[in-house]
Amino acid sequence: MPSTAITANRLLDGAVIYLTADGGWSERLADAAIADGKDAETDLLAAAETQARAGTVIGPYAFKVEVEAGTPIPLGRREAIRTLGPSVRTDLGTQTATH
Amino acid sequence: MPLIKNGAPLQDPWFAVTGDEQLDRDGPLLVPLEIWQAHRDRLAGRVGPVGVRLASHQSPALVADDLDRLDLVALEFPKFTDGRAYSYARLLRERHSFGGEIRAVGHILRDQFAFLLRCGFDAIEVDERAAAGWQSATTAFSAWYQPATDDAASIPARRRYAVPARSTAAVIRSEPVTPRQPSPAEVAVCAATWAY
Amino acid sequence: MYRYDEFDHTFVTQRVEQFREQVARRISGELSEDEFKPLRLMNGLYLQLHAYMLRVAVPYGTLSARQLRQLAYIARRYDRGYGHFTTRQNIQFNWPTLSDTPDILADLAAVEMHAIQTSGNCIRNTTADATAGVAADEVADSRIYCEIIRQWSTLHPEFSFLPRKFKIAVTGSGRDRAVTAAHDIGLRMQRDADGNPGFEVLVGGGQGRTPVLAAKIRDFLPEGDLLSYLEAILRVYNQLGRRDNIYKARIKILVRETGAAEFARLVEAEWAHIRNGELRLPADELERIRGYFAPPLYQALDDACPELAAQRAGNRGFDAWVQSNVEAHKRPGYAIATISLKPHGGIPGDASAEQMEVVAGLADRYGFGEIRVTYKQNLLLPDLRKGDLFAVWKALGETGLATANSHRLSDIIACPGLDYCNLANARSIPIAQVISARFADLEREREIGNVTVNISGCINACAHHHVANIGILGVDKKGKEFYQVTLGGAADENAAIGDIVGPAFDEDRIAGAVETVVDVYLAERRGADEAFIDTYRRIGLKPFKEKLYAAH
Repeated sequence: MPSTAITANRLLDGAVIYLTADGGWSERLADAAIADGKDAETDLLAAAETQARAGTVIGPYAFKVEVEAGTPIPLGRREAIRTLGPSVRTDLGTQTATH
Repeated sequence: MPLIKNGAPLQDPWFAVTGDEQLDRDGPLLVPLEIWQAHRDRLAGRVGPVGVRLASHQSPALVADDLDRLDLVALEFPKFTDGRAYSYARLLRERHSFGGEIRAVGHILRDQFAFLLRCGFDAIEVDERAAAGWQSATTAFSAWYQPATDDAASIPARRRYAVPARSTAAVIRSEPVTPRQPSPAEVAVCAATWAY
Repeated sequence: MYRYDEFDHTFVTQRVEQFREQVARRISGELSEDEFKPLRLMNGLYLQLHAYMLRVAVPYGTLSARQLRQLAYIARRYDRGYGHFTTRQNIQFNWPTLSDTPDILADLAAVEMHAIQTSGNCIRNTTADATAGVAADEVADSRIYCEIIRQWSTLHPEFSFLPRKFKIAVTGSGRDRAVTAAHDIGLRMQRDADGNPGFEVLVGGGQGRTPVLAAKIRDFLPEGDLLSYLEAILRVYNQLGRRDNIYKARIKILVRETGAAEFARLVEAEWAHIRNGELRLPADELERIRGYFAPPLYQALDDACPELAAQRAGNRGFDAWVQSNVEAHKRPGYAIATISLKPHGGIPGDASAEQMEVVAGLADRYGFGEIRVTYKQNLLLPDLRKGDLFAVWKALGETGLATANSHRLSDIIACPGLDYCNLANARSIPIAQVISARFADLEREREIGNVTVNISGCINACAHHHVANIGILGVDKKGKEFYQVTLGGAADENAAIGDIVGPAFDEDRIAGAVETVVDVYLAERRGADEAFIDTYRRIGLKPFKEKLYAAH
């Protein structure tokens, strides 16, 4: 059963962010809280949606990840591109930052 | 729900009828279309104002013949993105010459107030939050590009008649700027090639 | 070109302040995202895969050099140094922040630009042929009417919450270079028996899930009746367009479900009430707007330019560029040059801030300070003297803008696709890059001749693949990207929707599939003068299908 993480966009700048274990948000997928099961995912999503209603983040949703050596890797091309940046401009997006 | 009519908050005197048993009440009655159609003669003949509420899929054409008997038409916005009632209001005013109150009810954002007024609505049911923004929302623009139901001169009309725009923000000159006209020499050079 | 008067300046300034206040209400939490989203869309601000995206309006594709420089400034200051030109002649910035957007809009207003209604369920940018006003075969200058439509449609109180987006295109030529057949309303300029200008009116074209060519509802609409007639069409659509299902909400569905004849009758019935009202365009108003589009100070030149001929003879690269990218101008001695934003292996339609500034400089130095954005996501200099073409080409070459591939195979229209767009299922840009790199031989491209290749990353068809000679649609099959090919579409006056050839090709095979299609064309054509689309119409889908799937 794949693990999931929660992502959203930050209101002020639209940046891709991930829900962390302490209920905050990080731009780094490595910091994301990982849910190993439907119940955990539901809880994380509920926490994220509360924040969305409060207005600082937009459109949270859960997506599948694989955890390799403690690091979450997104499953699916869309999430991979969203994590890294446009595949055709590797000089832009978060792929340019050091993780 | 608070009501704003002609720019000022108003206690709503109308009773929103939900069932036939309420039709005996005194005072202004607002009925849904189905009840109007079922009890038309009785309602048309009653003493006291009567109004019809139309859902967004119900065209004012359905009550066009009854408008001389109606004091209010309420047009619904089930979601603020459902814009059918803007056309309905314009048709009520401009096509059917309806002189009674046209009221917007339902989900309405203050950013729509100016559009509603321009289309012929004179009353808007609003929540407090939206009502607080009335002044700012309805004066955000001093002139508009197209004629509508209201009597404000459109920008093209103002240009023709050199009416200065009422501006709340920018400092502007009062005469319209005319585009530079080509000189006769320039026109002669181009005349042969251009169709107009 | 049109210049703002104080009414226009006041309007855009007030619009910026309104949006600034809406952003503040969103940030404070007074507006929810659901309430804010349609408001920000009506100012062209999307939320995409990585960030917000701002779509700036370039009305009917016309830009001044000053405006293009400001777009370069915005790209540098607020974005990541580049912009993307679209199939509706607009420009998109992919990395603005919400907090900066009111300032971006203010910087746009300072040069008479805006992002009003570039998204949302309202009337969008009215597009035109990018050679309007200068094309040799023009009936009339469509820009005049585009500007009139632009103003009328701006913050129209009745039509700001339509069932769905609404797109209008106007062509001033018998050759339809504005894709009118694929628009919600297409207007084709005509003249009546007495020479008076007017429009053939088409309604209900569109692509997406259900590609449909527009139906004609009126043979001739006199120019003075333009706005009242459009108002009648929009009023019918606003009331009757479906609102229960976003995939059935465009006017094309209404026209199909009602029937074109009945739809026309509804429009004419509404129009009868309003045709002589305040929307009637008097002759002097048309003249006033026409005055903004008066021709610039052309010199009296000979059409023959021996200097140009010598330069072409002396430089093969320049000669190739003139052949593909330069077209005839109305005025003797002048020419129209397309600036390709499709370098072989590059991202279609993108331009860096530096490139924008170079183009602006060329427009100022060699033209009359005007640039056009084309349907094919290229730029265009509309008024060059033939004797200056060589200097322009050399300057373009220094910034990677001189690819001699206008209307050729590698002049690919591609949507941003899964690399940028929230709606996409597959990437489109890398496929465009691979295909254009495969055909990066100017001799070979010239040999193949004019052919349109369009790549969409999802069924919304923003790259108009349905009306491409070779259309490619990216799909997701079990997590892998596949590409479906259609053939025989056309976006001009002989508009057609392409035929699906068969099962989709994976990303490693799609470029080869395009090569196969080209090989079949070259083998079957009746000489180099028979263009791809004509060969296709003559021989049909079968020979292509056979070769494409021969190995399987």
